Amino acid sequence: MTFPWLTTIGVLPLVGALLIAVIPRGRVALIKSAAIGFAVATLALTVAMMTQFRSGSDAQFQFAQSYQWIPDYGIGFRVGVDGVALLLIALTAFLVPVVLLASWNVTSKTKSYFVLILVLETALIGCFAATDVFLFYVFFEVMLVPMYFLIGVWGGERRVYAAVKFFLYTLLAGLLMLVAILTMYFRTKNGLEGVGANGTFEYAKWLELDIPQATQNWLFLGFAIAFAVKVPLFPFHTWLPDAHTEAPTGGSVLLAAVMLKIGTFGFLRYSIPLFPEAARDTFATPMMILGLIGIFYGALVAIVQKDIKRLVAYTSIAHLGYIVLGLFAFTSQGQAGSVLYMINHGLSTGALFLIIGFLYERRHTRLISEYGGLRKVVPVLAGTFLIAGLSSLALPGLNGFVSEFLVLLGTYSRHPALGIIATFGIILAALYILIAYQRTMQGEITVEANRDLKDLTIREKVVIGPVLVLIIALGVVPGPALRVIEPAVERVLDRVNATDPAPSLTETAGSSK
Amino acid sequence: MTDVVLAVQETQAATAGTADGVVALMWLLIAAPLVGAAVLLLAGRRSDKWGHWLATAIAGFTFLLGILMFVQLRGLDAEKRALTRKHYEWIPIGDLKVDFGLLLDPLSICFVLLITGVATLVHIYSIGYMDHDHDRRRFFAYLNLFIAAMLLLVLADNFLLLYVGWEGVGLASMLLIGFWGDVPANATAAKKAFIVNRVGDVGLGLAVMAMFATVGSVGFTEVFARVGDMSGATVTGICLLLLLAACGKSAQFPLHVWLPDAMAGPTPASALIHAATMVTAGVYLIARSNTLFTASSTARTAVITVGLMTVLVGGIIACAQDDIKKVLAYSTISQIGYMMVGVGLGPAGYALGIFHLLTHGFFKALMFLGAGSVMHGIHNETDMRRMGGLRKYMPWTYWTFLIGWLAIIGIPPFAGFFSKDGILELAFEEGRDHPEYYVVFALGLLGAIITAFYMTRLMAMTFWGPHRFAKDVHPHESPRIMTVPLAVLAVGAAASGLLLGGFDPKHRPIASWLAPVVGEAEHHGEALISPLVLTLITVTLIAAAAYAAFNRYARNPVPVVAPDVVLPPVTWARKKLYFDTVYESVLMRPGQWLARALVYVDGRGVDGLVNGAGALVGGTSGRARRVQTGFVRSYAMWMLAGAVLLVGVLLFRTLAPIDALMERF
Repeated sequence: MTFPWLTTIGVLPLVGALLIAVIPRGRVALIKSAAIGFAVATLALTVAMMTQFRSGSDAQFQFAQSYQWIPDYGIGFRVGVDGVALLLIALTAFLVPVVLLASWNVTSKTKSYFVLILVLETALIGCFAATDVFLFYVFFEVMLVPMYFLIGVWGGERRVYAAVKFFLYTLLAGLLMLVAILTMYFRTKNGLEGVGANGTFEYAKWLELDIPQATQNWLFLGFAIAFAVKVPLFPFHTWLPDAHTEAPTGGSVLLAAVMLKIGTFGFLRYSIPLFPEAARDTFATPMMILGLIGIFYGALVAIVQKDIKRLVAYTSIAHLGYIVLGLFAFTSQGQAGSVLYMINHGLSTGALFLIIGFLYERRHTRLISEYGGLRKVVPVLAGTFLIAGLSSLALPGLNGFVSEFLVLLGTYSRHPALGIIATFGIILAALYILIAYQRTMQGEITVEANRDLKDLTIREKVVIGPVLVLIIALGVVPGPALRVIEPAVERVLDRVNATDPAPSLTETAGSSK
Repeated sequence: MTDVVLAVQETQAATAGTADGVVALMWLLIAAPLVGAAVLLLAGRRSDKWGHWLATAIAGFTFLLGILMFVQLRGLDAEKRALTRKHYEWIPIGDLKVDFGLLLDPLSICFVLLITGVATLVHIYSIGYMDHDHDRRRFFAYLNLFIAAMLLLVLADNFLLLYVGWEGVGLASMLLIGFWGDVPANATAAKKAFIVNRVGDVGLGLAVMAMFATVGSVGFTEVFARVGDMSGATVTGICLLLLLAACGKSAQFPLHVWLPDAMAGPTPASALIHAATMVTAGVYLIARSNTLFTASSTARTAVITVGLMTVLVGGIIACAQDDIKKVLAYSTISQIGYMMVGVGLGPAGYALGIFHLLTHGFFKALMFLGAGSVMHGIHNETDMRRMGGLRKYMPWTYWTFLIGWLAIIGIPPFAGFFSKDGILELAFEEGRDHPEYYVVFALGLLGAIITAFYMTRLMAMTFWGPHRFAKDVHPHESPRIMTVPLAVLAVGAAASGLLLGGFDPKHRPIASWLAPVVGEAEHHGEALISPLVLTLITVTLIAAAAYAAFNRYARNPVPVVAPDVVLPPVTWARKKLYFDTVYESVLMRPGQWLARALVYVDGRGVDGLVNGAGALVGGTSGRARRVQTGFVRSYAMWMLAGAVLLVGVLLFRTLAPIDALMERF
């Protein structure tokens, strides 16, 4: 038997959490070190797993494992990854140790905080690794719990409000998905070859279902609304600014970098392939238009925010708008760009939240007007903020550009009008980032308290350094990631029967190519 | 004309050879300065002592490499002077395969030499100029970063990689404009430059997408090879998008507004980036895409129109500015306008546009560095009304500046004469077959007259006449490390025109050098008036304009404070022809208003609505209860609204023939 990579990687953080739970509350240093140790071990295993991944493989899911769990209902412990899930797991495994190290100064209820983040990691990895829809749903809902507490206990002033809002929003939307999931399950009963009266929750089997389009439309909606809330897609977005803003740094980072991607991952893994006709014929255009609205709505609202965290939160709505646009353009460039965008947004926005966290620890305020002129006092911090911001505004040479351009190009090649409109969003992206940079880092020092701020400590440099390195590396050499992504999106495109539009000048005689 | 088109296509479609020898080290041209920038930024204060020397050494090294590459290229047969090197697959996905590939050909080597040459001089100069700035190291880091990005821009062998350099130079430019970002106005200028450039970048991005959608590739060779098969509308569309990009980067009408503000950066950066090299990238883009532009006369007309508008707008505004750097900035805008007119004139004009670009690189860098030297000598004063008579105090600066002045206004045998006169003559020549080109000539000539006026005004207010600076200002010449670069550039400003243009306008060395890339145009017969007579007329008018300015500003007193009561045109020019004012009221204010309105809708408006609805529903329940459950209800309402919207769309789609509408997308 091959090594159970996914199970090990998924369970390791949970094991860590359980072990840390028995460490006496007072041994803070041990708790922190142990948590980071488990997170780093998870990362190391993930990296090892990535080296074993074969992007040329015919199998849809690699490192697949399948065990009976509740056979009466056809529920199994089934895991496996395609290129998309692999990269998202890698992103999770990479960011958790970063976040833990960044949270070194959490003083109240330290143990619970570190335990919850490790539990969250297991839930996130489980969500990406599950190939059983029931298992997926369990992880999907379970992850709300640690995040709810992270926001509600360690958050800002309006943390309870934000936490309840977050919880209700996602939970209720998840219930809609549950209805759709159950409907699908009942259709598998006796309806499929090799599936008995017990039915099954196995994803691969669900792909074989033949569903009339009218039904597909409703089922698509059930899944899509749950994912749209997670993304969040305009107009389902209002939980996000509060949750992101009030969450502690670690929560904000994982929320923005990974949890939102469950939504876009869900579109790509579930909504589109399970209901291909509905996705293609009914919902592609509305989804793209909602994405487009999000791009401009998020950007414009971000521009005038007074709270730096809230500003970044709204930029997420704009960025995720691009991702949805690319997913539903149904071109290989658009979808691969979107998947890469999920990773890149995780890095750029993660970095921004981390740096804002550094600032918050120094000044305990998120108001932009409380800053200004910081570049002079804390040049390294300002420099990291600028790089992260440039990644966010998709400066070529950094990671964000590759994905954003692919999304735009992929959209343009099938829907020129949408592609053209979306491209104008890059102007607003430059605006919100540069406005934020100017107001916080440039200009004169207007608040006396900022005059003797300390620049980044070694620990903080160790936190932000690797993220920035990846931001640059993925901009210069995105090829390996794209090669991992490509087979997975090609499979989705096959499901919806979409082929890339051919160049309007097809190869003809006399071409010198 | 058609013959020319075909010839051009063949030359560009010819497969380029693989780079060997020194040219194989093209990547080093980009990597070395990039490493330099990274070292200086990461080492921080530790590199304060040696950082500027490292950066300067790297700049010099790239120049040396450039010369060696030029020698190698010269040794090859003309048609083999295109060498490429593909390093790795940068973005491979679906049918899109974008390589990290570099191309050196007669066009790019011109830029390599200009960029690295001027950059080396600017680095040397800055060692002196930035001597007192405790952040000098950071300045040099940005300069090195700029070299890397700019060389990537001109060496890329496809449009997407070019885009990387294109925005990369924008970043370097922004960092340098905001170098003294503690001053809020400087930071704002930096942001403005980047944003306005982004408007242009939208054009470049869309052009790349259109190319991919049409040809399935974004490589120069692949795209240019298929131009003949493209529909006229496609070619024109792509060209206009490229023109939009060029307008942003090259500060052309109507996107020129960022460049004058960009003068907030240290003057050597203005010389290198905002005069000699980066701002001419738009001209490079059009010359590089000559196959496309040759195929679309509509696009070329647009290029010429933009160019002419810019020549005049820039020139007119320059006449009323009192800040020496602002005058030079508007002058740059205006001169790039000439380059655009040049490349807009088609096959015969591409080489002339590049010719003027190169000579301008010399004389404008010279004058910017000269202005920096002036500022260095009089406590960073930039108001020309507080200068005057500096000739005596700064002989090196004065004499070199004088050469730059002669070069820009176009007095033979200085550089600008050859290149600008070439463009005007060509426009006149085209007028024989297409009379509308006489208008191009006439407006170009008008621009030249205006140029002579404002540049002479600058000379007079700065160097001639009585001195008007304050009593406590003691002007002094700059140190040798600054004046030597001035002298080198002055030699270029004096001789480059003759060197590149030669005496015979039909056989310019620069034109035959660029011919493998941009083609060579056959000459029409004799023009209406012989070139010699035309030149005589031009020079006479220029001299007259210069004399008028000399008379007005050197022989007559210049008030230290600008007079309030002036003719309306002067007021308009002082207010920069109201471009900023219009943009502010048409774009910025409504944009801010919209954003605030959205915030209101997003927060209070909708929440209020939802809470209100909640109150209505549970009208009888107590106030406290409403507050408590109001939360829950409002989220549920939001979700409900979203669900209703999606369901609505769903129903609408089944009911209404919306498909036909959606097809259009």
